[in-house]
Formats: sequence, C-alpha cells, structure tokens
Amino acid sequence: MNLFDIIGPIMIGPSSSHTAGAVKIGNVARRLLGEDVKKAEIYFMGSFLSTGKGHGTDRAIVAGLLGLAVDDDGIPNSFEIAEKRKMKFTIKAGEDVEGHPNAVRMKLIGVSGRKIEVMGNSVGGGRIEICEMDGVETSFSAEAPTLIIQNEDKPGYVAEITPILVKEHVNIATMQLHRRKRGTIAVMVIECDQEIPDSCIKALKKLDGVLEVVYLSMRGLE
Amino acid sequence: MYDSLNQIIKEEKEKKTPFWKLVQLDDCHESETTVKESMSEVMRVYTAMKDSVINYDSSLKSQSGLVGGNGEKIRRRLNKRQMICGDFIGTVIEKALKVSESNACMKRIVAAPTAGSCGVVPAVLISLQEKEGFSDEKMCEALYVAAGIGGVIASKASISGAQHGCQAEIGAASSMAAGAAVYLYGGDGSDIANAAALALKNLLGLACDPVAGLVEVPCVKRNVMGAVNAITSADLTLAGIKSKIPADEVFEAMNKIGRNMNADIKETAEGGLAATKTGNRIKESIKIK
Ligand code: SF4
Repeated sequence: MNLFDIIGPIMIGPSSSHTAGAVKIGNVARRLLGEDVKKAEIYFMGSFLSTGKGHGTDRAIVAGLLGLAVDDDGIPNSFEIAEKRKMKFTIKAGEDVEGHPNAVRMKLIGVSGRKIEVMGNSVGGGRIEICEMDGVETSFSAEAPTLIIQNEDKPGYVAEITPILVKEHVNIATMQLHRRKRGTIAVMVIECDQEIPDSCIKALKKLDGVLEVVYLSMRGLE
Repeated sequence: MYDSLNQIIKEEKEKKTPFWKLVQLDDCHESETTVKESMSEVMRVYTAMKDSVINYDSSLKSQSGLVGGNGEKIRRRLNKRQMICGDFIGTVIEKALKVSESNACMKRIVAAPTAGSCGVVPAVLISLQEKEGFSDEKMCEALYVAAGIGGVIASKASISGAQHGCQAEIGAASSMAAGAAVYLYGGDGSDIANAAALALKNLLGLACDPVAGLVEVPCVKRNVMGAVNAITSADLTLAGIKSKIPADEVFEAMNKIGRNMNADIKETAEGGLAATKTGNRIKESIKIK
C-alpha cells in the first residue's frame, strides 16, 4: 500500500472493489489477450453477481474490456461504446468458486481470432488478482510487469528461461509455477521489477518447448 | 508508510521537519519517486476532489434509484441562509453530500480512504480553502497530513469496511480530515494527532451495514456526519482540549473492536440497517432481473 492508496485512486464510483476493481480485471484480461476484444462471454460470481448491478459492475467490466481506465467518464456508458466499437458481449451468472467472493470469468475472442479464458477476483480497495488463465490456476496482481509463459512440462525449463531475463538485467520479484497435469502444460508467472525488452520476449518465444508467451506491460499505465 | 503517529511526532521534533514533509519523503522513498513527482500527483488528486464537487449533477440518480439530488436541497437552503448550523458547516454538509452522491451515481471521485467515504476529506478541505483562501500548495500539504494519518490507521487497524466496519471507512476519513484541518491552522504533529484521536473516538464501533449491499444507504449521509465531526474535532483541538487517549491507542482500540465485530455488520449487508424490514424490502425491490 502506498500514499495514493490512502488518498486515491481517482476513480468512477461507487465501489473500489465492485466498480474500479472490475474495470481493472477487464483491462488486464484485454491486455492478456493482447488485442481488441471482438466477443466476450462474461460470467459473474459471488457478490459480483448479487450486488453487481447496483455497483455498475456489468458496465465496469465491459469498460475494462474496451480498455478504459478506472477514472474514465465513459464507464457508465460502456455498453453504448461497445456497440459503437462492435464488441459483442453477454453477461450471465457463473458458478461460484470457493475463496473468490468477488469473481468474474471471461471467455474472450480477439479481433484476430485469438482466444483466452481468464478469471479475476477483486480483493478490495481496487486491487485485483488474476486467479485463473486458460484453465490453469494462477495468482498475480497485474501491478508489476508480468510474464506468463506456457510451456511443455519437462524438467529443466526454469533453468532455461531465467538466464534470458538475467542477461537483460531484469530483476525477478516473484515467480510462480503452475501446471495442468504432470507432464502436460506448465505455466510460469514471473513478476518483474522492470519492463522486459522486446528482444527478451522474442528470445523466450524461440525456446524449445515454449508454447506461448504473454507479456503484461505497465507501459502507458500510471 | 509510517505505522505510528508518535513516530512521526518524534521525528518532527528530532529532524525539525514538518509532519506533512515526513509523510511525503517516506512515500517518495518507498515508491521510488521524486518529491516533484509526488507533489504533482497530490495536486492531481486535490484537483480531482475539487472537480468532484464542481461536476455534481443534481438530476442524476444512482443505479438503484435510492440516492441523488440531496446536495442540491442543502444548496437551496444555504442560498436562503436558513441553515441552523450556519453557512460554513452548511457548505461542508453540501459538499459531503455532493461528492458521495456523485460516487453513487458513477461519477469521478477520489477514494479517501475509500469510495464509500469519499465525501469527507474534500468537504472539509475545500470548504476550509474557500473560507480562508489557503493556496493549493498548502492544501496539498494538508492532504499529505491526511494520508499520513490514514496510513497509520491502515497499518494499526484497517481502512476497509469489510474488515473493520464503517469505523474504518467514515471513521478513518473523519480522523484524516480532522488532522488535516488542524494542520491548516498551524497545528504541529501533536495537534494533528490530537484531532485525529478526537474524531475517531466518536466513531468507534460504527457498523458497516449498507442496504442491499450498495454504497448508498447509509453511506451518503454518514459522509456528512464524518465531515462535521472532523470540523468539531479540529475546533476542540485548536481550543486546547486534549484527547485523554492518544491517537495510536485509539487506532489500536479500533482494531480490537473491528476484530470483535460480527461478520453481519462488515459489509455483508446481512445485519444492521441492511437487515431491517425496510432494508430488506428495498433489497427485494431492486433485485437484478
Ligand atoms: S456503511 Fe460500509 S459501505 Fe457504507 S460507507 Fe460505511 S463502511 Fe463504506
């Protein structure tokens, strides 16, 4: 927590968890997709479902998927903006997941056809956690430059990936390993202290066994 | 972030550095920002607070229809010079309503410390600036003071209604605003802490019981109470009236009370006003189709 968590954030009301948090989750999901969203299936759970309407959570999520920031005047009109930009969306009730009281699951299709499934949880004060990506459990706040690497689950891959970051003087703040099932697909989530250069991401993509690299940059955000 | 007001008061004396400056330097150190960047961000926050008053739209209603238009009603009464409490407290009330109603109506506000309690700090600070003509720079210093108090409350207890009830939201906001107000009138660290203590003492144990789980009832009107309580706490302090319990200990008491509170009065909307006959009826009437 820093000073601007106490006198801040500047945001569209009414709720830091149910409005600002929801915008952020939508925003991060869009950045994870890496392109404009063409179609979104949105499933609300827990108190997002029970009190979301009154908090504008539905408009907030759509605003986030459109790339609006938490203090954007357009949030209350996000449905209209989505129509103008031809982003299709549906909002339904999802199945509750234990331990995630303010959660939303999103199935997204991007303009180029790229697909992603993301689940986010609003943890209070406008802070969020991405708790699932493409069926793999994760846990990151999206508040630092974050690398999400999917690769074949084989021994030694961590040792191959880290030197590439070290060479570029990127300092690793946290690192998590998750996997679907032993020997199938593993997901590595690396939160860094610095932005990661493009060259580094290209090098990671070329590694044997790496299936996908998603980079969540903080550039252009406050 | 400091975890005790006593520590700030001690450093203020030792380093001969004012309260607000200590808070600023500490945050710059932790967030790796420069003093200039920090100051311009605080200015942006203060400007956003002023805008949240100016941009009030009395024709708006919240999504549930429960909230809207009350700031304008007070303005009309002010214009006729009818306020029992006088013009100054009248404008404090007006702004507290306008900002928190704007929040409920999905307009831009500054969470200070939370969105639910967003009306308290701006109502106090902006009204004092209008009354005394303080510079914007001075107001930013007062915001650092408010943030310093809020930071200590967050580390000793919490600034979340879900964790510690409304004492942690409106209570914290009122405590922050009281200290900031005293600073504007020349108070030092001890005075700031005294006002912060007096304000929060009045709000210990306050339940978080929002009807239908929405940041509307009782939240909007509690902002009024939090703002007025901050002004009276500042006046008591400036008159030399001492809080018998020091601020840090008040915050610790809030933490204990918060822990002992039942979950039904911690933002779950299952107890207190939310669970009244009328509260339940309202909840049913605005159910999502
Ligand atoms: S009642 Fe609860 S939601 Fe409303 S202002 Fe107080 S703490 Fe916030």
